[in-house]
Amino acid sequence: MSIHTIGVIIKDWLIGLLAGWGVPVELSRLLIEVLTWAVGAALCIIAIMLAALVFIYLERKVSGYIQSRLGPTRCGPVGILQSFVDVIKLLLKEDIVPAEADRVLHTIGPILFLAVSALAYVVVPWDEGGTVAGKVDAGVGVLFMAAVGSMGLIGIVVGGWGSNNKWSLLGAIRGAAQMVSYEIPMLLALMCVVLQAETLSLAGIVEDQKGSIIAWNFLRPWMWLPVVLFLISGVAEINRTPFDIPEAESELVSGFHTEYTGMKFALFFLAEYGNLLLVALIFSVLFLGGWLSPFGYPDPLRLPGIIWLLAKSLLIVLIVMWVRWTLPRLRVDQLMGLAWKLMIPAGFVALGVMCAVIMLGWA
Amino acid sequence: MLNNFCFWFAALVALGASVLAVSRRNAVHGLLWLVLSLLAVAVLFFMLGAPFAAALEVIVYAGAIMVLFLFAVMMLHLGPAAQRQEAQWLAPGVWIAPGLLALGLAADLIAIARLAGDAPAGAGIIPPEAVGAALFGPYVIGVELASVLLLAGVVAAYHLGQRRDRSLGEGAGSG
Repeated sequence: MSIHTIGVIIKDWLIGLLAGWGVPVELSRLLIEVLTWAVGAALCIIAIMLAALVFIYLERKVSGYIQSRLGPTRCGPVGILQSFVDVIKLLLKEDIVPAEADRVLHTIGPILFLAVSALAYVVVPWDEGGTVAGKVDAGVGVLFMAAVGSMGLIGIVVGGWGSNNKWSLLGAIRGAAQMVSYEIPMLLALMCVVLQAETLSLAGIVEDQKGSIIAWNFLRPWMWLPVVLFLISGVAEINRTPFDIPEAESELVSGFHTEYTGMKFALFFLAEYGNLLLVALIFSVLFLGGWLSPFGYPDPLRLPGIIWLLAKSLLIVLIVMWVRWTLPRLRVDQLMGLAWKLMIPAGFVALGVMCAVIMLGWA
Repeated sequence: MLNNFCFWFAALVALGASVLAVSRRNAVHGLLWLVLSLLAVAVLFFMLGAPFAAALEVIVYAGAIMVLFLFAVMMLHLGPAAQRQEAQWLAPGVWIAPGLLALGLAADLIAIARLAGDAPAGAGIIPPEAVGAALFGPYVIGVELASVLLLAGVVAAYHLGQRRDRSLGEGAGSG
């Protein structure tokens, strides 16, 4: 049973229930629509929180194995409770606002960052017909994601400036420059997939790859360049090593979140891990067939699509973590040079190749 | 009903945020209100059946141009002195002439809306595909001209960047 059918069953049951109480059908439809949005929004936030809990533990273990350490071992069996203990610590910490800071902006920064990160989740196709905002996705899914993604750095910039601290400001400015620059190759790679699928809907992009693993985008030779571009610019968009100069601890203390403690700091962290999952999800949707099973459609194993999507995303997350603990951090000029001198021209080449493939009728 | 509520809410936010963007003394606060106003306008576009325009409004204006403005203003890091100066410039007398002009424009708008009668606000939902077909069909000359304009900007930026590099090199050589 897919997510979509479960949703329809619950909706019908609720309408019946409300009708039984004597509520007019029009009003109950409106109420249920509002309720669906609220539940969808809550699910997006919960997804981010769960992702952060799992990924923080995973990252510590992965980095431990890569650096020949053990990682957390004390809390619970093999340290599995470490993330929960961290959450409690962050909740209990005193919330400090610097005396000279802009109080309002200092508070709004992390909230904006997390809200924007959660907003992008509404167009992710979790399963067949399982998108939270299916109507938006059907029209302009990819554009919506790009628009929301470009708003993320406002949170960083507001928080960094509002802290009234040189390191925070420098981190915020570096972050803004980096995110604006890497958005271009990312969108160019995205455009190749849009041309391939002939739709702007993320659900439609998955539909286009229907079939077994052979039909997925990453096995088409003209998609290899976009795959590489999207993965690199995705890692840069979420400010992870080797692209973490906005929070480079060896030079900027910890960048735009230097002045944050307690839950506000936790919000930044939540959003960063939420963005990590989001990039992995979008990568899986664009190139790895999203919720499709590798053995063909319909799935011979009869697993829900969301399991396949999460499995593929976990693979991408592990690759990104592996990269983080293997490569050193780039310098600022190297970072901008990579974006503007190498990745953007490569993006245009990829787009040109894609257009040629379409005109030759190979797509 | 829900659509109407969204429309009026977004319109109110756009108006209020615009007023605050003009009247703030702190430049960064003003810019952030302007970002909010642009986002509200994007919602209005979306409600009127132009999702492509809405997405572009967010990507281009709120996401790129406003961030560049914020960037510049934050780099300058204007202190309390700048705010006092701004307060002097925003004396009550300054508001009269622009206020009258804005009032005239508002009267114009209301008159036009009255004369037009109950025409629909948008011709249904216009998908991005239709926008693309129009841009590269009847309006292709405009697209080409815009790309020439952008090329001029790129060339100018390259020129400025080159000059700065040379002076930096000389400075490093003499130091």
